[in-house]
Amino acid sequence: MEKAKADIDYNDPVITIRGLEKSFADFEVLRGIDLDLYQGENLVVLGRSGTGKSVLIKIISGLMRPDKGEVMVLGKDISKISDKELQELRIRIGFSFQNSALYDSMTVRKNLEFPLVRNRKSLTRKEIDQSVETVLDAVGLSHTINQMPAELSGGQRKRIGIARTLILNPEVMLYDEPTAGLDPITCIEINDLINEVQQRFHTSSIIITHDLTCAKNTGDRIAMLLDGQFQRVGLFEEVFNTLDARVKPFFEYNFIQ
Amino acid sequence: MDSVNSSPVHAAKKGPSIKARLSNAFVSLYEINKFILRFFKEAFLPPFEIKEVMRQCYETGVRSFTLITFTGFITGLIFTKQSRPSLANFGAQSWLPSLVSIAIMRALAPLITALIAAGKVGSSIGAELGSMRVTEQIDAMEVSGTKPFKYLVCTRVLATTIAIPILSTYTAFVALLGGYLNVATNEGTSYTTYWEQVFEPLTFVDFVSSLAKAIVFGFTIGIVGCYQGYFSNKGTEGVGKAANGAVVTAMFMIFVEEILIVQIAGWFR
Repeated sequence: MEKAKADIDYNDPVITIRGLEKSFADFEVLRGIDLDLYQGENLVVLGRSGTGKSVLIKIISGLMRPDKGEVMVLGKDISKISDKELQELRIRIGFSFQNSALYDSMTVRKNLEFPLVRNRKSLTRKEIDQSVETVLDAVGLSHTINQMPAELSGGQRKRIGIARTLILNPEVMLYDEPTAGLDPITCIEINDLINEVQQRFHTSSIIITHDLTCAKNTGDRIAMLLDGQFQRVGLFEEVFNTLDARVKPFFEYNFIQ
Repeated sequence: MDSVNSSPVHAAKKGPSIKARLSNAFVSLYEINKFILRFFKEAFLPPFEIKEVMRQCYETGVRSFTLITFTGFITGLIFTKQSRPSLANFGAQSWLPSLVSIAIMRALAPLITALIAAGKVGSSIGAELGSMRVTEQIDAMEVSGTKPFKYLVCTRVLATTIAIPILSTYTAFVALLGGYLNVATNEGTSYTTYWEQVFEPLTFVDFVSSLAKAIVFGFTIGIVGCYQGYFSNKGTEGVGKAANGAVVTAMFMIFVEEILIVQIAGWFR
């Protein structure tokens, strides 16, 4: 499905990152990252494995602390807010994990209810059921409501993982390798779902991937992480219109081989 | 054939020095104390996960019930059988119920219950939380605005602290029943007389120390299992290590605590 034109407000950044640095022991992963994610935008972060793409979104969601730099998410500096403020902020951020991270011991229904009953205590049983049905319908998996995660396919798990984040109506979505390990048809379905989420739930998203088809189909802008910094940022064609030996193999592997 | 250990490659690979090991031990001690403090900080503040605590209590009880029934009964039966010849030398078989009750109430019931629970429940907690850690389920809880420590750790530690004393009381009962079976078969002691003789030597301190032990053991099993699982890493290998570490560390701690509590209870007798 062709990506519909997104309604992006370039005057309203929801995430602003300046001079972000992160190291593990002696290994510098992020070396002064600068980035803006605008309201309504899908930004794809590309890069080789181990270049710190997942570290970046873990810092944005407060799962990791930066060593240096400023990370403003929805107007709040993630490294300076209290635990309570961080918890409130996280409700406004959806995180779709690489391996879905569904709770093994709970059914799909319980998985979806879990964040809702803990963060929206005033909701009635009927309202909770309605929310669960709405997000399941949005990901096209209403029939799996009483199934356990172990009974689902990889693609279904990914969709349920996305549904679980959508149930809290997040303003920002962070996708960690949404198409990793899936067959091409399911990848297309997940790409369409990411675009549908952007349109239907008016989210701004960061999509971490090294799947260029996913990047091309979902991204309004591409940011290429090279040597711990965003060295190429722009439209898909702009980023790959280069002879840079670090960038070319990405394109050639995905579209020529 | 040369042993693998004598190969030059292996010889070059030295383990961490004594200083490094000692330093690691102190760091672990500091970390586990921080973990315990965090438990007390979070467990008794709202929101309370009462439903989950009850579910975990049920899980703890059910996981160990059959094994505890069997082990407790056999322990009582065998202990009585083995003690008879020694007492018979002095013609004191009538003291058997008192001997059995003191041994079971003061030491065996809480200890057996704790060791079985450490194996069954502690390992299960370590493996479950370890697997949740490596599959990012704990991170998923955290980013969805839920406090995973409260939901996963506090509930499990509270559950083992509540359930182990109940199981320990039950172990004492079935062990004394085992003792009764042996006494009734050999001496023909009536059921009423047996229980009268069982309770006669027991003091308030015996009941309190037995209960205190079970509470401390339950807390230890929960906190050690959760600590090992919650901070597990290195993929599936880490899950196995968490389960194994939960059992070994809890058992070691249980024996150390047993010595301390026996010593403290002795001051009140």
